[in-house]
Amino acid sequence: MAIQRYSEFAQRDTDAHAPARTPIYKTSILRSPDNALISNAQSLTEITGPSFRPEEFGPLDNDLIRNFAKDGLPIGERIVVHGFVRDEFGRPVPNALVEVWQANASGRYRHKKDQYLGSLDPNFGGCGRMLTDENGHYVYRTIKPGPYPWRNRVNEWRPAHIHYSLQGDGWVQRLITQMYFEGDTLIPDCPILKTIPTEEQRRGLIALQDRGNFIEADSRAYRFDITLRGRRGSFFENKIV
Amino acid sequence: MTQQIVHFTETASQTGGPYVHIGLAPHQAGFEIFANQFGNVLTKPATKGERIRLEGRVIDGSGTPVRDALLEIWQANAAGKYNHPGDSQAKDIDPTFRGWGRTGCDFDTGEYFFETIKPGAVAGREGKTQAPHIALIVFARGINMGLHTRVYFEDEAAANEADPVLRGIEWEVRRKTLIARRELRNGEVVYRFDIVLRGENETVFFDI
Repeated sequence: MAIQRYSEFAQRDTDAHAPARTPIYKTSILRSPDNALISNAQSLTEITGPSFRPEEFGPLDNDLIRNFAKDGLPIGERIVVHGFVRDEFGRPVPNALVEVWQANASGRYRHKKDQYLGSLDPNFGGCGRMLTDENGHYVYRTIKPGPYPWRNRVNEWRPAHIHYSLQGDGWVQRLITQMYFEGDTLIPDCPILKTIPTEEQRRGLIALQDRGNFIEADSRAYRFDITLRGRRGSFFENKIV
Repeated sequence: MTQQIVHFTETASQTGGPYVHIGLAPHQAGFEIFANQFGNVLTKPATKGERIRLEGRVIDGSGTPVRDALLEIWQANAAGKYNHPGDSQAKDIDPTFRGWGRTGCDFDTGEYFFETIKPGAVAGREGKTQAPHIALIVFARGINMGLHTRVYFEDEAAANEADPVLRGIEWEVRRKTLIARRELRNGEVVYRFDIVLRGENETVFFDI
């Protein structure tokens, strides 16, 4: 009996994620559905998804230190961030689209709606993107972002973080999340991180300092692995079509 | 000691935040960086199928448009075939049609739109047929995990009546929140699809 290569994905463990309505994160109150999500058996619509080709990307797309540099290098801590994207059964997810965005070293975003007085850096844009390789590995280079204040309670501060967007092989794997840095003392106070119900899942968003991958007289390194949903085996009937 | 099944938990989702455009639509954030940007026009000149515009707004629980939302769609081509090797139907892929696009809502009006083609019907589970539909996901500040929904078409009433996913919504009164309204505007076919996050006429969202 052959295993179907393109079968259904295992169901999402909703206990491992934030609920939609989390009053400590105030914006969620008016932007969360009242009704329960309706759970559907997966069809071709859900088990397929968009794919991307290496030639769609520029040579500096994963180099945030240089991809917006105009007349010099951006100011801040030089870091390399890398890791593996795997599915929940431990298999690598090759050719996944990984997109990242972040504030600069001051905690200021290059976005027309960000009015924080922390200064913009003329040589830093703050976004990058890449595809994972055949082992599910990704790597990019950047400036470590600064923490920044926001209006939730009046004196709220985000820990330093980098936003991540992932598209694996199937539409059900679509995921947006945030990565934090080991040792940041703002982590335990953050209401956005506290929306996640378990300590283990919160810890899963913290990148670890990767001493072995520091580059001498150049950059430090952080390691951040990501788990996406995995396809189940389909050993008997295929019910997708 | 028994052996253990190795299983990892999916990485926890977090909100896209208010500046999601920097990473996913940098032009809208206010700067140019990538030579090749992903956007909201899914068609190329050679793409087969009826051109349509899909547009609308995202509305919060107070009736206010969500002006910082980011939307993505995933759909089959005009023949009802996904551009993915997992689509086992005996139909041709349209090489000019990836089937995926993204856009931000307008910062002033809250309006979004996609230029795409009307998808064909796709096989459903266990020999059924799904009505033409577009999968859509909403990300925004205040949304902790992307909200999945589906767009169906007003002028496909018979197919919608037989659609296994629509029929799976026990509350018939809620099914209509997934049907886009068709109109003709200067010769262009426009489907209007507003997404209500909370409250009266709340859109159906799926756990897929």
